[in-house]
Amino acid sequence: MTDITSDITSDVKPEISPNFHKSAFAEKRLKARYGREMRFRWFGRAAIAMAMGALLWLLVSLVGTGYTAFRQNFMTVDITLEESVLDPTGARDAQALRGANYRKIMQDTLYAQFPDVTERRAKQELFGIVSASGATNQVRQMVFNDPSLVGQTITLTVPTSDQVDQLLKGYIDRDLPEDRRKVTDQQIEWVDTLIERGAIKSKFNLLFFTNPDSSDPELAGIGGAVVGSVMILGIAFILAFPIGVGAAVYLDEFAPQNKFTDFIEININNLAAVPSIVFGLLGLAVFLNFFGMPRSIPLVGGMVLALRVFPTIIIATRASLRSVSPAIVDGALSLGASRVQAVFHQKLPQAGPGILTGSIIGMAQALGETAPLLMIGMVAFVTEVPSSITEPATALPVQIFLWSDKAERAWAERTSAAIMVLLVVLICMNGFAIWLRGKLEKRRS
Amino acid sequence: MTNFPVYILALLGLCMIAGFFVNRNTARTRLIAAGGGREGGWHSQASYHGFFTAWGVAIIGLIIFIFGLNVAPDDAGVGFNVAWLAALLAASGAVVIGAQRFIRSDFRARTYVERAILAVLVMLSIIAVLTTFGIVMSLAFESWRFFQKVPLNEFLFGLQWSPQTALRADQAGSSGAFGAVPIFAGTFLIMLVAMLVAGPIGLMIAIYLSEYASPRTRSIVKPAVEILAGIPTVVYGFFALLTVGPTIRNFSESLGFAVPTQSAISAGIVMGIMIVPLISSLSDDVISAVPQSLRDGSLALGATKSETMKKVIFAGALPGIIGAFLLAISRAIGETMIVVMAAGRAANLTANPFEAVTTVTVQIVALLTGDQEFDSAKTLAAFALGLVLFVITLVLNVIALTIVRRYREQYD
Repeated sequence: MTDITSDITSDVKPEISPNFHKSAFAEKRLKARYGREMRFRWFGRAAIAMAMGALLWLLVSLVGTGYTAFRQNFMTVDITLEESVLDPTGARDAQALRGANYRKIMQDTLYAQFPDVTERRAKQELFGIVSASGATNQVRQMVFNDPSLVGQTITLTVPTSDQVDQLLKGYIDRDLPEDRRKVTDQQIEWVDTLIERGAIKSKFNLLFFTNPDSSDPELAGIGGAVVGSVMILGIAFILAFPIGVGAAVYLDEFAPQNKFTDFIEININNLAAVPSIVFGLLGLAVFLNFFGMPRSIPLVGGMVLALRVFPTIIIATRASLRSVSPAIVDGALSLGASRVQAVFHQKLPQAGPGILTGSIIGMAQALGETAPLLMIGMVAFVTEVPSSITEPATALPVQIFLWSDKAERAWAERTSAAIMVLLVVLICMNGFAIWLRGKLEKRRS
Repeated sequence: MTNFPVYILALLGLCMIAGFFVNRNTARTRLIAAGGGREGGWHSQASYHGFFTAWGVAIIGLIIFIFGLNVAPDDAGVGFNVAWLAALLAASGAVVIGAQRFIRSDFRARTYVERAILAVLVMLSIIAVLTTFGIVMSLAFESWRFFQKVPLNEFLFGLQWSPQTALRADQAGSSGAFGAVPIFAGTFLIMLVAMLVAGPIGLMIAIYLSEYASPRTRSIVKPAVEILAGIPTVVYGFFALLTVGPTIRNFSESLGFAVPTQSAISAGIVMGIMIVPLISSLSDDVISAVPQSLRDGSLALGATKSETMKKVIFAGALPGIIGAFLLAISRAIGETMIVVMAAGRAANLTANPFEAVTTVTVQIVALLTGDQEFDSAKTLAAFALGLVLFVITLVLNVIALTIVRRYREQYD
């Protein structure tokens, strides 16, 4: 404590006497030291508060932006499927029905709601209330599934356009001058009338969970991305789990201690800390360029992420193998089991929950990984839910990235909602891993 | 590509399982017949004969699978697939029947099975080495092609970065400029901001949790801080873009100067938040590893807790803390999504954190997403940047891991 006295150089240092520690000088010094102690403690609390504050800020801003995406405004309309428009020949030919003019059907339906609108421009604005492609696709699909509907009147619930949706969610200010908002006064009036008639209602937004990506925000959903992510994670797990556990078991239980196994060990520790984008470059150079596999497919994504997470699984497996008491292996060996039998029949089952915990945490990491997937072309705009691991697909974090740089409010809302879904899945995975670890610890003690 | 190879693989798995059960039961029957119901006198248990068969099926099946995958014509029709499937089934059947000849009392099935298991384990470990090898080779090879087009010293020391190769040769700047200094400077700047945020906060959290906090506080705060480490980086990127960037812009506007939404400061702050748990948990480990006797000694001499911390424990834990900081720096340099979304793409050579800068990872993403042709300097430049990134992070990681390990051994 050489510099304690230096803090109080302004005072004349009193003579050292038996009562030195009771002198005013000493008390002042003690007070200063305790003050510093208090301040240090408060720095610690402030640091924790800042970290927690940042976490809270992040969650609040995301939830605040995103929660409205789980509800959407839909319009319920009666649509008369005029035979004269859809199938003038009356042949009910599937191909002809597919290409028929559903847009006109939808337009006529909307115009019928407000018969006094005749001007061309106003008609266009009126049609802008519903999601044009959403509505026409829905009618087309229904007629394609059941051609006998032609000529009948059906009741359909179609999503409103994103502007109307944003207006009703209160994100477009009605008090702004007309030329500074994207909805016209006329449209607001129509929408209000439709709400009064009970035609436009806010409902749970199932489309968001089932639809693939779309260029219209009101139709875009995370369905395709979720399926893609599940495929990628499945492949990554199938590949990384055996590699990780196998390599860990070999290194811990069977490998001789020599330069080569040391090298493997250093290698694995480094691989776990290599930036993830480098794995993307590896995938691009090896799987796509060298082996000529197609871009944007879940198979390649899963392979790249498997390489990304298997070092994590190795490290977790080795930790949990080491926590198993060596007496168990010794006991098995002394009863005449072979080394392989002792490890596989006795040690691995004991380490099992720990290995599983580590693997789940590794898979949670893989689920949030974005950069490697960008490198292998998973940023493609995919408008179909993938049905096989060799079809172009996207993944949930990549979908978030793709939506994030679109400027409209409707997209920010959807991006935040997609992030909320991702975070909930991650919390569930990590929660399950923690629960598993807790159970394991309880059993041991 | 179709899904058929996947089905073939699944069928191979089924064949292995079937082979196992068929020959295990055969072995059991023979065992009982020979030993009057006691499983004695045989070298291997019945199940090892089953495993022996399963391995045989696996080897033959994999050969057929790989062969079929390679000879499959592009328009592989139903006929080819049926032939492939039949070949697999026939070969599996043949192996199962052939292996039954080996089901005898003196056949060392267990030895063979265990050797096969070990061989597989060795192969799985080698994949780890192959991955590193693949990374180094692919980066080195593509970079070598890049440096044939652009001289190494121009890349490392050039001050101009504009990789857009023009369509026509006579256009201005048609060759593109590949001086990476602005990119390295931007990476360093953002890393610096991130460390200025994460370093003090992370370290103080570690000190508070290990020296002051009650076990109860610790058990709540530690997992809560670690939540920050579990949030995907794309989420942080969006947070920077949606909230932090605009907040900084509005704040600076109210002070009378302009900061763009995408700036080094917003990317750096958010990256700092992400790194806090890395520093706090690693530092927490090394601080806790300092022997209690040092603490007791210092406190017994009358030092306060903070004096003990600053003058005794900190000195003891310093190598480990440096290791933690180096790992955090390596993480900050290699981080991609936050900077891609929040730092911008313009290659400004500036030390001003309120401007948009670009980083190595941003440029890799910018060069490799979208249309690409694989012999242009533009695409290859991404691999050269990747090589630089890999080498720097590798050096940092090796130093950090060595320090941390040596330090741990010292107190053990």
